[in-house]
Amino acid sequence: MIFDGVNMDIQRGKVTAIMGPSGTGKTTLLKLIGGQLRPSAGSIEVDGHNVHKLKHGPLYELRKKMGMLFQSGALLTDITVFDNVAFPLREHTKLPESMIRHLVLMKLQAVGLRGARDLMPSELSGGMARRVALARAIALDPMMIMYDEPFTGQDPISMGVLVKLIKVVNDALGLSSIVVSHDVKETCAIADYVYLVSNGKVVDHGSPLELANSDSKWSQQFMQGMADGPVPFHYAAKDYASDLLGLKE
Amino acid sequence: MVEYFQRLGARSLGMFERLGRGAIFFINILSSIPSVLVRPRLLVAQLYSVGVLSFSLIVVAGLFVGMVLALQGFYTLSDFGAEGMLGVMVAASLIRELGPVVAALLFAGRAGSALTAEIGLMKATEQLSGMEMMAVDPVGRIITPRFLAGLVSMPLLATLFSAVGILGGYFIGVGLLGIDEGGYWSQMQAKIDFSQDVINGLIKSVVFGWVVTWIAVFEGYDAIPTSEGVSRATTRTVVHSAFAVLLLDFILTALMFGDI
Repeated sequence: MIFDGVNMDIQRGKVTAIMGPSGTGKTTLLKLIGGQLRPSAGSIEVDGHNVHKLKHGPLYELRKKMGMLFQSGALLTDITVFDNVAFPLREHTKLPESMIRHLVLMKLQAVGLRGARDLMPSELSGGMARRVALARAIALDPMMIMYDEPFTGQDPISMGVLVKLIKVVNDALGLSSIVVSHDVKETCAIADYVYLVSNGKVVDHGSPLELANSDSKWSQQFMQGMADGPVPFHYAAKDYASDLLGLKE
Repeated sequence: MVEYFQRLGARSLGMFERLGRGAIFFINILSSIPSVLVRPRLLVAQLYSVGVLSFSLIVVAGLFVGMVLALQGFYTLSDFGAEGMLGVMVAASLIRELGPVVAALLFAGRAGSALTAEIGLMKATEQLSGMEMMAVDPVGRIITPRFLAGLVSMPLLATLFSAVGILGGYFIGVGLLGIDEGGYWSQMQAKIDFSQDVINGLIKSVVFGWVVTWIAVFEGYDAIPTSEGVSRATTRTVVHSAFAVLLLDFILTALMFGDI
């Protein structure tokens, strides 16, 4: 079981962060919201639709209103930056090519990469790839965007750019954003509300300020990055002395 | 002993489960064919990478297979004073058997493995998931054009293989071993039956194209999204395709030529 009794409410127009240690199923949660995985129990509602009761057609219609930024960027590697951003527009609209060009350049300008339009994905740095992916995610003007570990492996400048972009894009386009991350400082800087997840449960939630002052030992350990606490430093093992002596328990 | 049977049972169940997934995957491909037919550009691009890029391999292999057939055939037929039948022997061997089978095996090694690796890497780099989240069905957009390209390319490549092989046999038989040129072509014309030989050979190559491309795209789509998973899937494509082609060749040959 990955999640047990998890109940979350993502507010419209806000940046909601879901944080927790690696391996707690945060990415799985995003895939559940996007309908890429099916829960064995419970339900997930997006814009009034129960995602897992939707048939293929309506689910794909709902996904047009969702953007998702994958950890790797997930850009199509055989086409240019321009074509990547144009991809959803060409697939879902019948706009003339001149209009698509304008829209793509506007989206690329918003993420600061209009000048990189002719580059191939292999020529981009990790941070640039995520910015292109963000431009692609907002190409269809969705109502919400999900970010899967947007800050992982980024240098300080790229991280700063992404932090700013997520907030600016959310406010400027009136989106609802879900940011899955374990980068506490960067995520708390832009999040309106935070859920802390561990071992398949929501262990704490509230505004970043409330969590920083929380009495929960787990929250304190996570928010302050302490090595030992409710999440132990040592992986579960038998007694150290008996292990060294090779004794059976 | 019990563990052995448990493992055997688990493996068998796993195999049937994969077969079931493969069948459902194939139905999904079939259901998305109309969406590809209205966008022929997708198909044309794949015809190039799957078919045209296999062209040189097929031509070279066909030429050498035809030449070897002529050499071997000549020494056997000349023992019976029947070297005039060399053209028929080369053509019948190629059109009925070697053209479809060897072309399919080469196709699995070149295009099949490339398809699996490409699709597997797209999965590993989340490109397929990304498409799903952009409300673009990856089966219709990525898989079906490749499947159709394989289905169309295979009979053409097998025909090319046989044609070039016959020419290779001609160079050796007529050019090197001194067989009568008129006899080489006229015997072939008289003995090779269009419906019995050519059409049956074409049917074989269509079936092989279907099975090889199906295996290739399914293995890529079903690959574990890691470098090792993609590597294993690529190997499975070549091995399973080879087995499937040889098994189907036996079945088809028995059905087509069993009563002769």
